[in-house]
Amino acid sequence: MQITELDVSIGERKLISELNLTIRGGESWGLLGKNGAGKTTLLHTLARLRPWQGGGIDLQGKPINQLDRREVALRIGLLFQEGLSLVTSTVLESAMLGRYPHQHSRLWDDQADVGVVKAALAEFKLLDLADRRIDTLSGGELQRLALARLVAQSPVLFLLDEPSNHLDIAHQLTGLLALRSRVMQDQATMLMATHDINLASRICDHVLLLKEDGAYEAGAAAQVLTENNLSSAYDCEIRRIDSDAGVFFTPVISNPTSERMP
Amino acid sequence: MIAFRQILLICTLALLAICAALFSLLSGSVELTLADLFRLPSATQSELATQIIFDIRLPRTASAFVVGSLLSLAGVIMQVLLRNPLADPYILGVSGGAAVGALSAILLGASSFWLSQGAFFGALFSILLVFFIANGLGRWSVIRLLLTGVVVSAGWGAVINILLTTSTENTVQSMLFWLMGDLSQSRVSPIHWSLLLAGLAGGLFLSRALNVLIQGDQQALALGVNVSALRFILYFAASVLTASAVIIAGSVGFVGLVIPHMLRMLGARDHRLLIPSAMLLGGSFLIVADSLARTLIAPQQLPVGVVTALIGVPTFIVILRKSISREA
Repeated sequence: MQITELDVSIGERKLISELNLTIRGGESWGLLGKNGAGKTTLLHTLARLRPWQGGGIDLQGKPINQLDRREVALRIGLLFQEGLSLVTSTVLESAMLGRYPHQHSRLWDDQADVGVVKAALAEFKLLDLADRRIDTLSGGELQRLALARLVAQSPVLFLLDEPSNHLDIAHQLTGLLALRSRVMQDQATMLMATHDINLASRICDHVLLLKEDGAYEAGAAAQVLTENNLSSAYDCEIRRIDSDAGVFFTPVISNPTSERMP
Repeated sequence: MIAFRQILLICTLALLAICAALFSLLSGSVELTLADLFRLPSATQSELATQIIFDIRLPRTASAFVVGSLLSLAGVIMQVLLRNPLADPYILGVSGGAAVGALSAILLGASSFWLSQGAFFGALFSILLVFFIANGLGRWSVIRLLLTGVVVSAGWGAVINILLTTSTENTVQSMLFWLMGDLSQSRVSPIHWSLLLAGLAGGLFLSRALNVLIQGDQQALALGVNVSALRFILYFAASVLTASAVIIAGSVGFVGLVIPHMLRMLGARDHRLLIPSAMLLGGSFLIVADSLARTLIAPQQLPVGVVTALIGVPTFIVILRKSISREA
């Protein structure tokens, strides 16, 4: 995806100013920034769910506003922050909806489509729950179902809005690593908005960090994820800790008495 | 998933429709048996059985099926469009407008031809009124459409009450019969059958999109559904289907609300299955209701809308309890 001089604003507030970014196949990008920085807005704009105020967004050489809705959905998949709506259905039915851009108005279910969906469910360990009603699932299972539906959609660009929500610490890593390996295998791309800097540094090889007033930092994760950049972006002192388990970032609050409750 | 179970359901419902039709042809104030039916191909024009079947019962059975089918399909569409389980075909004011048109025709002492015309123009006016008000308030949202429809509906209700209270006793009787749904004057033409088939074909074509739309607008957009275009189509389709049903038979209640729910509770949630099932079940249901309307208090006739409620309410409660116990 090629983003050129992109401007995104909500009303008077300029969230993103003259963003120039190229996202190539096989790359996984983290999208970081403090609350209100514009992560969700940017993801929705890239998925063509909202208009932008200047510049262009091209996918595989074509500007995305020249494609019709179905063509966009064949190439770009979006995981919403709010998760799935709890309309009555089974796990399998819900995951099958991801194939809609491929099926359109065909009445019967192609074996190939069913195969893709079942493989996606298996990847997120949901195949055993295929016939369960989704209102009986736990938060974590619902989140994995949302990810499975996205994988069933088989887009070229995965846009994820806080995919680690509701997932326990182990599932966060395994689920997202599974997604990343699929991305690398198919030469697809993923752009993942998250609050978890450490998750981003483990999963993503590139980072787009949104800062105040439309400013940003973009590039290889190791280069963007520095104490300076993060501290200025999150308005809070952030320190880097090197350990034999890896590199971690942690916030430091200057007033120690507010740190722990007695 | 198209599977054995789904095909079985459709076949069962088709069989049910045929049985309902036979039941209807055999019931009435004149006793007829199955043997009489089988003799029909060789019977003469002047025989009583032939006259009763072809001139009275067959057209009425056909009308009942068409109206029941149209209302059920309209109900399915309304429930997706408004994402509201309480939505029925009349919620957006179409029947109110048609009623005002028809009642005005009755008040002026017009013939049944003008009755239909009145209903048609009333319905058309209401459809356009709701559309332009909802559209004019900015981008279409489900809430806006619902509120506009409900308000316009209430407005029509007020006019209907004025018409009822300012009419003579005889006129009021005719008006009430029309309001509660009455198949005694109705006849359906090939146009109505074509409308039904077009509704079925269109519904099946859009069925996957409907499955996605019901998940929410943003989700549907992200999966490639052109939400605003689809909503536009659904609104006008549901309105046309409802208006046609109301013009034929007045405002028959209950069918459009309850039939889709019954099927959903029995597990037919996927619109690829729900749409044909609802049309078949709705048609059968109304045929049976109308047969009972003709025979329960013979020689008097009950308005068919009364019978649909009498059958529909307990049946719905039974199915509701079964589905609750299954959930628990």
